[in-house]
Amino acid sequence: MNIVVCVKQVPDTATERKLRSDDKTLDRDAADGVVNELDEYAVEEALRLKEAHGGEVTVLTMGPAKATDTIRKALAMGADKAVHLSDDALHGSDALSTSYAMAQALKKIGFDLVILGSESTDARTGVLAAMLAERLGAPQLTLARKVEVDGSAIVIERITDYGYDKVEATLPAVVSVVEKINEPRYPSFKGIMAAKKKPVETLGIADASVDASAVGLAAAYSEVAEFSAAPPRAAGTVVKDEGDGGAKAADFLASKKFI
Amino acid sequence: MLDVEHDEYAELRESVARFAREVVAPVIGDYYERCEFPYDIVAKMGAMGLFGLPIPEEYGGMGGDYFALCLALEELARVDSSVAITLEAAVSLGAMPILRFGTAEQKARWLPRLATGEMLGAFGLTEPGGGTDVPGGMRTTATLDGGEWVINGSKAFITNSGTDITGVVGVAAITGHRERGGRTVPEISTILVPAGTPGFTVSKKYSKVGWSASDTRELSFSDCRVPEENLLGERGRGYAQFLQTLDEGRVAIAALSVGLAQGCVDESLRYAGERVAFGREINRYQAIQFKIADMEVRTHTARLAYHHAAERMLAGLPFKKEAAIAKLVASNAAMDNARDATQIFGGYGFMNEYPVGRFYRDAKILEIGEGTSEVQRMLIAREMGVPGA
Ligand SMILES: Cc1cc2nc3c(=O)[nH]c(=O)nc-3n(C[C@H](O)[C@H](O)[C@H](O)COP(=O)(O)OP(=O)(O)OC[C@H]3O[C@@H](n4cnc5c(N)ncnc54)[C@H](O)[C@@H]3O)c2cc1C
Ligand SMILES: Cc1cc2nc3c(=O)[nH]c(=O)nc-3n(C[C@H](O)[C@H](O)[C@H](O)COP(=O)(O)OP(=O)(O)OC[C@H]3O[C@@H](n4cnc5c(N)ncnc54)[C@H](O)[C@@H]3O)c2cc1C
Repeated sequence: MNIVVCVKQVPDTATERKLRSDDKTLDRDAADGVVNELDEYAVEEALRLKEAHGGEVTVLTMGPAKATDTIRKALAMGADKAVHLSDDALHGSDALSTSYAMAQALKKIGFDLVILGSESTDARTGVLAAMLAERLGAPQLTLARKVEVDGSAIVIERITDYGYDKVEATLPAVVSVVEKINEPRYPSFKGIMAAKKKPVETLGIADASVDASAVGLAAAYSEVAEFSAAPPRAAGTVVKDEGDGGAKAADFLASKKFI
Repeated sequence: MLDVEHDEYAELRESVARFAREVVAPVIGDYYERCEFPYDIVAKMGAMGLFGLPIPEEYGGMGGDYFALCLALEELARVDSSVAITLEAAVSLGAMPILRFGTAEQKARWLPRLATGEMLGAFGLTEPGGGTDVPGGMRTTATLDGGEWVINGSKAFITNSGTDITGVVGVAAITGHRERGGRTVPEISTILVPAGTPGFTVSKKYSKVGWSASDTRELSFSDCRVPEENLLGERGRGYAQFLQTLDEGRVAIAALSVGLAQGCVDESLRYAGERVAFGREINRYQAIQFKIADMEVRTHTARLAYHHAAERMLAGLPFKKEAAIAKLVASNAAMDNARDATQIFGGYGFMNEYPVGRFYRDAKILEIGEGTSEVQRMLIAREMGVPGA
């Protein structure tokens, strides 16, 4: 089975994240880049499927040059090779044009199964899996907490508010996963050393047959009009218990529409 | 010069640091309180290949080197020493002697399972009668009888020797006597004793001041019989083998000590920035600042000392003195930092629920195990050619 995992480099959530004042895009140089956490679950699931069914796992990353760190982490976990879609023209792409560029790259790579994390910690749109499936004409199986493949049949458990839905489809398909699905492995030293020797192919937009006018900041349908720093946290409200503490706490919660 | 920032080392350090933070830190306090061996954590350490770090790939290891092991020990001990010493003893004392001195059959039999952490190894040198003067204190004997070694005696304080997954214990024993310089000296050899061999009894766990989530036992051997081929390496080479094993082990203990010292720095920096006394965070007081600076200095110098010893070891240069210096400096740093960190935490530092309480309890043994601080000084003086040392 030919599995492609989409892995994104995001600014470390433990550090302060900022937008750039010039073009109002994320300042990717200001913070350390780390693997988007949910994508680690996607890589793990791909590796488990490969271990069970054989095949190959390819990492696909769209991002600036420094995203190679992230690619190497995914390779150190055990993926076989990587494709790095990187081009200045892609800077500022919104979800729609990102899905277009990624879909073009995926068509070039070829796949039986595409696996993604269900959202990234920076943009948090959570739409990429659905958009990719649409563009690729493949079934979308999103928010999976369990994935099973049998021949060309794929079944997932999709988490819902009330439990889960069982969703079936035929490969090729696009799957997004949630963190309940597995426990990602930590890269071993052997994995880390092997990652250095694994092939990483860098594609520019022309290599992936991406139309320059359909990507980047200028082509984005959504625009950040204005932004400001989050206000500092205000002092909390102290409820003094004079026998009626419970009722006061309840009143407070009701006033905030929590209850 | 050892390239400690080399990608592979840096990535390994990061991977283990993350593991320690995410897997070990949240649960280890409870194991420690219950004095329980953390099988699930050890299994996960095995899954990420930590037990196979310096073991060649042909035996199921990671094909790394001893410095990689040291980095892993440092990052684990930064969070917890019980799991770090479990790894250290299993690899440095359990697996490495088999890798270094074992026959092809012994390596093939034991290393693949030791390298994955599926099985733990141990090394029994110390006896109730003495751990510093090993030949003088040794009473355990092994005699050949009908193609089998018959072992009698006991061992004290043996790490990893009584877990459910302990597979093999290397036992140092007197296998005869030799004439040397007109004196009769004991001939010491190492014999591999599989766990569960009849006549090999593991006593109940000691109640320890620290390392409470690690396994330490007293062992006894009563007409315990193992095949003659379980002799590790050459007969009569036991003493030389463990001197070599301990030289390496000291670098590993130094790395572990640096981890504990660093853990004290991490915790103190954070806490001193949060705790308020007399209207200001206590990190505003010079008394606290100087403590933190001193802790950093000790950690930094100890780290350089163990890196230097490891560098010489990997380059194949003599490193006995450097290893002793590293172990001495690093264990002192751990002890001093634990004292300072506990002080900075005030009353909370005396509570087991905070990591510094554990650091305080875990630091002292570092000045004792794998050669006491006095032994390190003896070795250093001897390597300097001081007469009579
Ligand atoms: C938790 C724990 C785990 C351990 N794990 C292992 C293990 O896995 N395998 C193993 O074989 N051992 C193990 N040990 C034993 C450890 O290595 C010994 O405790 C240590 O070597 C000291 O030996 P001893 O306890 O017999 O002290 P002693 O040798 O009795 O020393 C007592 C004191 O006398 C000092 N001293 C001795 N001789 C001299 C001298 N000539 N000049 C000056 N001072 C001297 C020592 O430095 C020390 O301060 C472990 C110990 C502990 C506590
Ligand atoms: C087992 C135990 C029993 C106890 N029993 C009692 C009891 O019976 N009754 C009772 O009232 N209390 C008791 N205590 C509390 C004990 O007296 C306090 O823990 C101690 O006074 C320190 O206070 P603290 O823990 O709040 O530390 P903090 O006051 O928070 O101090 C933290 C650190 O900051 C340092 N520091 C603070 N201010 C300054 C400054 N201006 N300049 C430089 N350094 C500074 C302190 O020296 C310390 O190192 C007990 C504590 C323990 C652990």
